[in-house]
Amino acid sequence: MENSSDASLRTPLYDWHVGHGGRKVEFAGWVMPQQYTSIIEEHRATRAAVGIADISHMGRLRFEGPGAAVFLAELLTRRVADMAEGQIRYSLVTNDQGSILDDVLVGHYNNDYGQPYYVVVVNACNRAKIVGWIAAHLPRRRAERSGHEVICTDVTRLWAMLAVQGPRSVELLQPLVDADLRTMEYYWGSQVRILHPAAQRQGGIISRTGYTGEDGFELSVGAGIARAVWEALMELGKPLGVVPTGIGARDTLRLEAGMPLYGYELSEQVDPFQAGLEFACHLVGYDFPGRDALVELEKRPPRATLVGLELAGRRVARRGCPVLADSRPIGEVTSGTFSPSLDKPIAMAYVAPQFAEPATEVQIDIRGRTEGARVVKLPFYHRKKKGKKK
Amino acid sequence: MTPEELLYTQTHEWVRVETDSAGAKIATVGITAFALELLTDLVHVELPEVGREVSAGEPFAEIESVKAVSDLYSPVDGEVVEVNAALADMLRTLADDPYEAGWFVKIKITDDSALTELLDHAAYRKQCEEEEGG
Repeated sequence: MENSSDASLRTPLYDWHVGHGGRKVEFAGWVMPQQYTSIIEEHRATRAAVGIADISHMGRLRFEGPGAAVFLAELLTRRVADMAEGQIRYSLVTNDQGSILDDVLVGHYNNDYGQPYYVVVVNACNRAKIVGWIAAHLPRRRAERSGHEVICTDVTRLWAMLAVQGPRSVELLQPLVDADLRTMEYYWGSQVRILHPAAQRQGGIISRTGYTGEDGFELSVGAGIARAVWEALMELGKPLGVVPTGIGARDTLRLEAGMPLYGYELSEQVDPFQAGLEFACHLVGYDFPGRDALVELEKRPPRATLVGLELAGRRVARRGCPVLADSRPIGEVTSGTFSPSLDKPIAMAYVAPQFAEPATEVQIDIRGRTEGARVVKLPFYHRKKKGKKK
Repeated sequence: MTPEELLYTQTHEWVRVETDSAGAKIATVGITAFALELLTDLVHVELPEVGREVSAGEPFAEIESVKAVSDLYSPVDGEVVEVNAALADMLRTLADDPYEAGWFVKIKITDDSALTELLDHAAYRKQCEEEEGG
């Protein structure tokens, strides 16, 4: 077990986690709960009912001012300027070589005065890097250009963020907010009032987004009311079977959902085409760092392709395990775990493109002994949809 | 035999040494409740073949949890004479009975000098307390 150092950042829910059996783990400079009971139980509760997770370690950067939309359009790989109020997009930040600096969500909201602002959610491990990258691209002469002002604020420490994920998440959250969550579409969000005395009439932002492959929401509230809102969710959620979930289940859930994690599937050594993220790159329109490089990269065959692997045996392939075909190395595992939903080991790996077809048989060298595996289409897990959502 | 009467390794294996009918010393080996509490979410054990020669300190089995894989280290020199085939089906409940039903392997000891290196219950408990504190 890793121990947390005193220098680690703590979320507003730190005391609650410690008081409720959360095992501490160091994660990207934060001390987070690894799990409260068992990773498998927390995982299954999220798939079957609803789980809540403290994701306040995620970096949140707020952009406002008349120049904000264009600035973000010139920073991110995805179109931003055409986003409607409430719309959220998955995007990348790339460097001049087209390598991935981070993967982010950008959301467009209006404040209480009807003025637009944007929230960019960045990975905890990349927050300092992205803040620096923004500073380098937002010199004072640009930030203060008359009529096109841009103000960027790192609001990570001011706002807690809670992931409420699972088929019963609408039931759990609906009584707490004044937006109609049943009709909120995937990748949309809204400013809301929190309808609970504990919220002290404060508001928040809720979005139908997540990192589990399940229906669910992410709720941002002020750090000062985070614990009260969390406890209200635990109390309201009792009849629904709510459980608190840690970083451990967050990882198994996202892996089953085939979602990449920065530092594992994504890094500065990876371009968007290898990672299967071409959908997040709009190469026409606004110029952003790396666009020209991406235009060139798109023409070339990828060096490697991200694939899903299902293992034949019970041993788990983990990050760094070589992938082999006919005893020759053809790639490397980026993440692997035991899938509670599939009851078998699963992994993601970069392999040479000729081995990326589903049903291709490969081997994985796990600590010196090989195990059979088969390439499968991502995601590993598809949630059962209850009727049509619209 | 109660946990108080067992011997322990610094790597969280427990050892019970008995003499069989032929007079050979047999070490039954498993992993401790303390280690199981830390591991959680066990999904697989990879046991050695019967007949495999092992030496003290050598990894001879794997225990796989959702989060990580851990090795089991042999406490003695000897030969694996029996493995617990029922273990695979009781991983979820292993923590309920780690010292009886939850044994991993039986090793026929060829050289028992390594036994003197093992910890008694009090020394092992002290080590666990230090690990928890640190």
